[in-house]
Amino acid sequence: MSHSVELQHVGMAFGRTRAVSDVSLTVQGGEFFSILGPSGCGKTTILRMIAGFLEPTEGKILIGGRDMKGLGPDQRPTAMIFQSLALFPLMPVWENIAFGLEARGVGKSVRKAKAEELLKLVALEEFADRMPGELSGGQRQRVAIARALAVEPQVLLLDEPLSALDLKLRQHMRAELRALQKRTGVTFIYITHDQSEALAMSDRVAVMSAGILQQVGAPRELYDDPATPFVARFVGETNVISGKVTAIDAGIARVDSAHGQLHGRAGQGLSAGMAAKLYVRPEALKHRADGENRLTAVIERLDFEGAFALAYGKFSDGNTLIASIPSTELARAPSIGNATHFSFRHANAVVLPDV
Amino acid sequence: MSELYRRFGSTLATLFLALIAIWLAGMVLAPNLMMIDYALRPNLLPAEVGGPRDVYSLDNILYLANESVHRAIFFKTVWASALVAFLTLVVCYPLAYWLAQRATPNRAAVVLLALTVPFWINEVLRTLAWYILLAFRGPLNALLLSIGLIDRPVRWYGDVGVLAGMVYAYILFMLFPIYNAIESLDKSQIEAARDLGASVWRTHWRVVIPHAKAGIATGCVFTFMLAAGSYVAPALLGAPGSRWFTEIIYNWFFEGGDWNRGAAYALVLLLLCLTVVLVTLRVARVNLTDVAK
Repeated sequence: MSHSVELQHVGMAFGRTRAVSDVSLTVQGGEFFSILGPSGCGKTTILRMIAGFLEPTEGKILIGGRDMKGLGPDQRPTAMIFQSLALFPLMPVWENIAFGLEARGVGKSVRKAKAEELLKLVALEEFADRMPGELSGGQRQRVAIARALAVEPQVLLLDEPLSALDLKLRQHMRAELRALQKRTGVTFIYITHDQSEALAMSDRVAVMSAGILQQVGAPRELYDDPATPFVARFVGETNVISGKVTAIDAGIARVDSAHGQLHGRAGQGLSAGMAAKLYVRPEALKHRADGENRLTAVIERLDFEGAFALAYGKFSDGNTLIASIPSTELARAPSIGNATHFSFRHANAVVLPDV
Repeated sequence: MSELYRRFGSTLATLFLALIAIWLAGMVLAPNLMMIDYALRPNLLPAEVGGPRDVYSLDNILYLANESVHRAIFFKTVWASALVAFLTLVVCYPLAYWLAQRATPNRAAVVLLALTVPFWINEVLRTLAWYILLAFRGPLNALLLSIGLIDRPVRWYGDVGVLAGMVYAYILFMLFPIYNAIESLDKSQIEAARDLGASVWRTHWRVVIPHAKAGIATGCVFTFMLAAGSYVAPALLGAPGSRWFTEIIYNWFFEGGDWNRGAAYALVLLLLCLTVVLVTLRVARVNLTDVAK
């Protein structure tokens, strides 16, 4: 089993700017763990602290149970894949991959054999003697992974390595990364601002905003049970309806809103009398008038996306609505310009305190 | 060429081309052709010029080949210039690396300014400053004596003085090409090397230096040529034992009154510099156009 990574009350300040505040989390050995957040949220700072390029100003980082304080990136059982990949452009592919071994004083024949083995792992056997500049984006990606794996790290740190690729290739590489992680059993910590990437690949995801850890959980958990308004809005599309909590009964909150009384699951820290927001996913909105929670909006646009269509509407109070309609139900899709009724089940909505 | 005409119109483009042609012919081609012409003809009295003895030969160059003192000074100039280039590189590389990769923009600006300011002063005056610093009863000896590093003044003029003066004079010519080259290196490559466990030495040897190779070659070529053709530093900071080949050329022209032999010596120096430039660029696999950048 690969090493776990534990962050205990980790904080980082650059002069007066606070990049990361009091982050505590544990990444299990062999886990595919993502840190998700918008740019500037502190996720790259966390990754660089784990790698050893930055020393946290507060707290501790333990890898495999060992305190990493004072150890540089070359002394930690981690390897990093940079956003730019940082392949050495003047070395052929095999030397790139074997560079970590070269640094450890391994002989040339052993290095070459190891490079070939890793090239096989990433399915690039014929490319050993090419220069990185002669490879495609996806191939360079795989060389970077092979180079990082060559030093047999316990933890692989990936800093948005897929961001430079086009969508098709990115989706392909996601599956490949995931498979590679399962095959090697190395702990992956993956940084991204792309929520679908994080949700699709990870065992668990940490969501960050403004240097603060918002929530850690499995992808489904984040999507279905967002702990904070930020997570509710950032992970996936959502509809937001403001109101006031009038009662909470058996975990179900009743909210008085501009659309009348609505029900949803009560989130953390919610109590009766609070100003609150109700969050409901586009796909939870059903295009019919007879459900328990009813919303009415005038449809302004219908975007056909293939498997589903997205209906954009406006409530009478001017807020927007977004509903996803499966293409199998498009026959009775709402027509543009008409007031249309939607309803949702209370189990599909979350009510969180309005902060 | 057609691009030039399209952009500036025929009048202006023709004017530009004419200016370039005049410049090349008048400033580059003519003086060099004259030098070659002088070098290959004997030194004659005005009355004999054009006469039966005025024939082309390699006599002036062969004179250098057979004159052991001058020959020795020539070769010494070659290797001492190479040494100047090497020492300048040793001084400049760490500085260029620090400026390009490590320094904050503010600090880099201050240091670059500090390095540039002395070059607002004429080269002769800058060398004179060294002349004062290195004097037998000068500040450097006084300082070393006062901290007890030496117990009697050192005569710095000579090889040490010439080296110091030249390294100082050519720092910027080495620094800027290397700085430019290292600056274009992606920081994450250095981090990647470190992350993979490479020592500082290996990171430089395998990642930074190969990347900066064109800049290093350019800097070395510049410095070598400038050092080989330098006159002020050896004249001021040298001693009889550290004579430079340019001083011999000067002497032929202005003391010996033999322009032909002086031209021959200068031609040999020119050929040497050309050879060094081309060989260095070939070895470093750099194009002349890269150097011009």
